[in-house]
Amino acid sequence: MLRKFSFFQMRKLKETVIEKGLQASALVTIAVTVGIILVLSIEAILFFKEVSIIDFFTDTQWTPLYTDKHFGIITLLSGTLLTSFIAIIFAVPVGLSISIYISEYAPRSFRKTIKPALELLAAVPTVVYGFFALTVVTPFLQTFIPGLAGFNSLSAGLVMGIMIIPFVSSLSEDALHAVPNSLREAAYGMGSTKLQNAFRVLVPAASSGIIVSIILAISRAIGETMIVAIAAGQQPRLTLDPTVPVETITAYIVQVSLGDVQHGSLEYRTIFAAGITLFIFTFLLNTISYRIRKKFREKYE
Amino acid sequence: MNNIKKNRIKDKAFKVWGIACTFLGLILLCIFIGSILIDGLQRIDWGFITNLPSRKAERAGIYTALMGSVWILIFTTIIALPLGIAAAIYLEEYAKESKLSSLLEVNISNLAGVPSIIYGLLGLEVFVRVMEMGASILAGSFTLALLILPIVIVSTREAIKAVPKSIRDASFALGASKWQTVSQQLLPASFGGILTGVILALSRAVGETAPLIVIGALAYVPFAPSSPMDEFSVLPIQIFNWISRPQHGFEINAAAAIIVLLLITFIMNGIAVYFRNRWQSKFK
Repeated sequence: MLRKFSFFQMRKLKETVIEKGLQASALVTIAVTVGIILVLSIEAILFFKEVSIIDFFTDTQWTPLYTDKHFGIITLLSGTLLTSFIAIIFAVPVGLSISIYISEYAPRSFRKTIKPALELLAAVPTVVYGFFALTVVTPFLQTFIPGLAGFNSLSAGLVMGIMIIPFVSSLSEDALHAVPNSLREAAYGMGSTKLQNAFRVLVPAASSGIIVSIILAISRAIGETMIVAIAAGQQPRLTLDPTVPVETITAYIVQVSLGDVQHGSLEYRTIFAAGITLFIFTFLLNTISYRIRKKFREKYE
Repeated sequence: MNNIKKNRIKDKAFKVWGIACTFLGLILLCIFIGSILIDGLQRIDWGFITNLPSRKAERAGIYTALMGSVWILIFTTIIALPLGIAAAIYLEEYAKESKLSSLLEVNISNLAGVPSIIYGLLGLEVFVRVMEMGASILAGSFTLALLILPIVIVSTREAIKAVPKSIRDASFALGASKWQTVSQQLLPASFGGILTGVILALSRAVGETAPLIVIGALAYVPFAPSSPMDEFSVLPIQIFNWISRPQHGFEINAAAAIIVLLLITFIMNGIAVYFRNRWQSKFK
């Protein structure tokens, strides 16, 4: 009796230890977030001790690596937003059309083969896309846009668009697919075509899922690094002209990391100040999309 | 009548447009791979794989970068795999509905959306500076392990979730403890799904460039690394370095190295899809 009791006691102890170990592993993810926030904010605070936060947001030049230093993050932000905007303008209509076609028009067997094939687009390493933008897309665009510079946000943005097509199409297709069939049948019963059904019934019904896919694609485009570092150039410039070289926040961090920058110097801290700006943007976008997704899930389950 | 006809034409037109969009990306990918093959295939031979880096494009090889990628891949797996699977088991089987578990949930979904370069900044400060690992393979592996952790956790959870509840009930009915059920029933049953997720995550890690540049991985390493504390380069960084050089010879080299990198990525994706299909048919 005593032995049996201690066997169960041992077993219970072992179970508790294992559970705690598993829990600790899960808590590592919290530590990562806390780590990111701490690292970025500590270095950024040190940065803002030397550079006024008003200059950071209002200066229109970004030249921390020159003798005449300016720290206008808007300059880098404009590069980031411009390339992302081009990518989104390209990827959203294409991705959305793909999702409608696959979920409403294409035969079911087609859906099973085309989805993994499209996801291959997202599996290609981004450094490879950068090479594509620089050596294929830019020369091609130069044949009919004469003033296009060798480095430009147009070709970087378009190639980034190709990369994020599967993000838009896959999630939107899931959302369309989840719309109850009764809605489709009702629309067909009223004599609508597939197209009318898609745009007047299904897209509005799946709108939250589609919005989530677009937000995630934007967040992805803003954080994308190698394509813009390779193909968009490394010249910080406050412009909306897609044909000239620009520099994004991410490309700047890469540029500084490649050089010989002393730890603890102001130049070193600029990459954290730039990093926290990037982090806040993507954090907001991710949080919004998470909220919408939660709501959306409740709607259909 | 006229209106109906118009709507039918619009409908047909959209169908054509939809097909065009669906294949647009894939056709562009094919054009690109074609042009890379034309540029790079001539350059690939045994010497290209086994040569050390060189200032002369014709003599330069990818050996050190390739070995760096292999080392990084091994250590990233060693770090991310147990951590990710353990966290997923906790969230899926142990965690009760509480503030903590919903916080974990939001947090993981958020981490998955953090740009990879931010992980580079984290690695630079924590692993390279504070823990004094330097720009070593170990520091790089820790950085990439944290980067792929959310992907491993999410896919492992999906795999565990897919195991029918009846298997859990049967195991408990036979007197198994929770851990016995997890380790002897759920993990073997979801093995294929977990493997798929892990391979996909690793194929992402092998193509990552930005975070490793940020932690200070080098573009030029004279010898292949021989310990986890050595400096290193990886294939994507080698490619990036060659792209940024003006001479045409290096562009050819970059194309050739891209062929090798794409081959690795596609093979890993292929293996993952194979496991997924085999595993999915198990429960249906």
